[in-house]
Amino acid sequence: MEAVTENLDLFWNGYLRSLSICFWGLVGSLVLGTVIASFRVSPVPPLRALGTAYVTIVRNAPLTVVLFFMAFGFPEIGINASYYVFGVTALVIYTSAFVCEALRSGINAVPAGQAEAARAIGLPFGQSLREVVLPQAFRTSVPPVGSVLIAMFKNSAVVGAFGVGGDLFSVGANLTSAQGYAALPVLTGVAVGYLMITLPAGLLLGVIERKVAILR
Amino acid sequence: MRFRRTQLAAGMAVAALTLAACGGGDDAGGEATPETTVEEAPEFEAGTTMAELAEAGSITVGTKFDQPGFGFKGLSDTPEGFDVEIAKIIAGKLGISPDNIEWVETPSAVREEVLERGEVDIVVATYTINDKRKERVSFAGPYYVAGQQLMVKSDNETITGPDDLKDNPDAKVCSVTGSTPSENIKQYLASESQLVLFDVYDKCADALRTGQVDVVTTDNVILLGFVSESEGEFKLVGEQFTEEPYGIGITKGDTAFCEFINETLQEAAESGAYEEAWASTAGEVEGAESPELPEPDPCS
Repeated sequence: MEAVTENLDLFWNGYLRSLSICFWGLVGSLVLGTVIASFRVSPVPPLRALGTAYVTIVRNAPLTVVLFFMAFGFPEIGINASYYVFGVTALVIYTSAFVCEALRSGINAVPAGQAEAARAIGLPFGQSLREVVLPQAFRTSVPPVGSVLIAMFKNSAVVGAFGVGGDLFSVGANLTSAQGYAALPVLTGVAVGYLMITLPAGLLLGVIERKVAILR
Repeated sequence: MRFRRTQLAAGMAVAALTLAACGGGDDAGGEATPETTVEEAPEFEAGTTMAELAEAGSITVGTKFDQPGFGFKGLSDTPEGFDVEIAKIIAGKLGISPDNIEWVETPSAVREEVLERGEVDIVVATYTINDKRKERVSFAGPYYVAGQQLMVKSDNETITGPDDLKDNPDAKVCSVTGSTPSENIKQYLASESQLVLFDVYDKCADALRTGQVDVVTTDNVILLGFVSESEGEFKLVGEQFTEEPYGIGITKGDTAFCEFINETLQEAAESGAYEEAWASTAGEVEGAESPELPEPDPCS
């Protein structure tokens, strides 16, 4: 395991880099996913259509294709940004389609009577969604959204290959090929690094799930 | 041993056509792949790697499939390039004809691994000899010495060499993850955030064209390929600031095989086969100088 112990600082930097990609990906995809989900359940047909089209297109495209569009398509039409921004944006776009669908399952699980009662006391659509439906929907969708987010953490390894670099997986690739370390210990180190992101995340999700659980 | 001359000739013709078709630009219709000399029933001391391979009548060679000029596999069945020709020369000396060579793609990251596991007999894949790698494999050669350079857009006047990179901390430099050039360039950078890494050089060239990065750096021969394809959009700047001796990777400690390969290379240089291999592959690129075979490193 000396390949790992000798390069602990590199692994640590890679871990932090991956963590920052995951963090911005998490914030972005939760926000965008919620917006798209509310589009999909909104009473306005064009918004519903927009939401459905977004999910249909993005969910059915491989992540690498979305990344390619961002990293090589945008500069082609004159939009330049750092690869970090492109990479995280692509990850957010891709993940939010899944977050949207997981949330929608939660929304559908909220009894129709709740929305009807909200309407009956005079809340407009926006408010009934914000104050009544979504808070209950979030509770039900903690496990599926959690799975989507954990999948996203692992997808961050793909982002690293699109010019972002410096993430855990790139560190591994660098050590095995440029510096000639044996692949097995290095990749074990990389795997441990990802576990250090996903395991605490899983525990946190469990805590959140118990905290927000409601008796129905 | 049985030779299938007609099949070989047919294969060569196809290879020649493909090469010509891929040439593109002004120098379309490049030279055909040279005919490799295949020894008839060579004799080797029993128990050596040479004897085993000659006995088997086939050899497995690891090379790159994505490096134009050195090892590149297009639509044809076999890869083409200088590395491929070098491997054919070695195989020929063992009495193995080119159609009995099995080509295996070995990207930078797996080259030591496949040798250690015995999945390939030799690796000829723009493989820079260095001490770290010598801990796991042995090298014959070098058969070529490349040097790292910088490629920029033709209208870039600010960057004229690696020493200008520290003064322009906003300039982005592109290379390939885990490659020797990506390590070498680090000492010339103001910070590591200047470095942009992709899995292949194609993407770097694309990023340079669209202005996402300002510099692409790797070995001169690879850059020359992009310069000649770019139709004046890119140029090389500065001197070669490293020496990258390309060696042939073999199982660690196989001194006899190493010496055999070095002798074979020496003979190929004397007979002109080495120069011919270069001229028909990497040497076709404009501005590429014909190399002399470097002095071999001692085998150990």
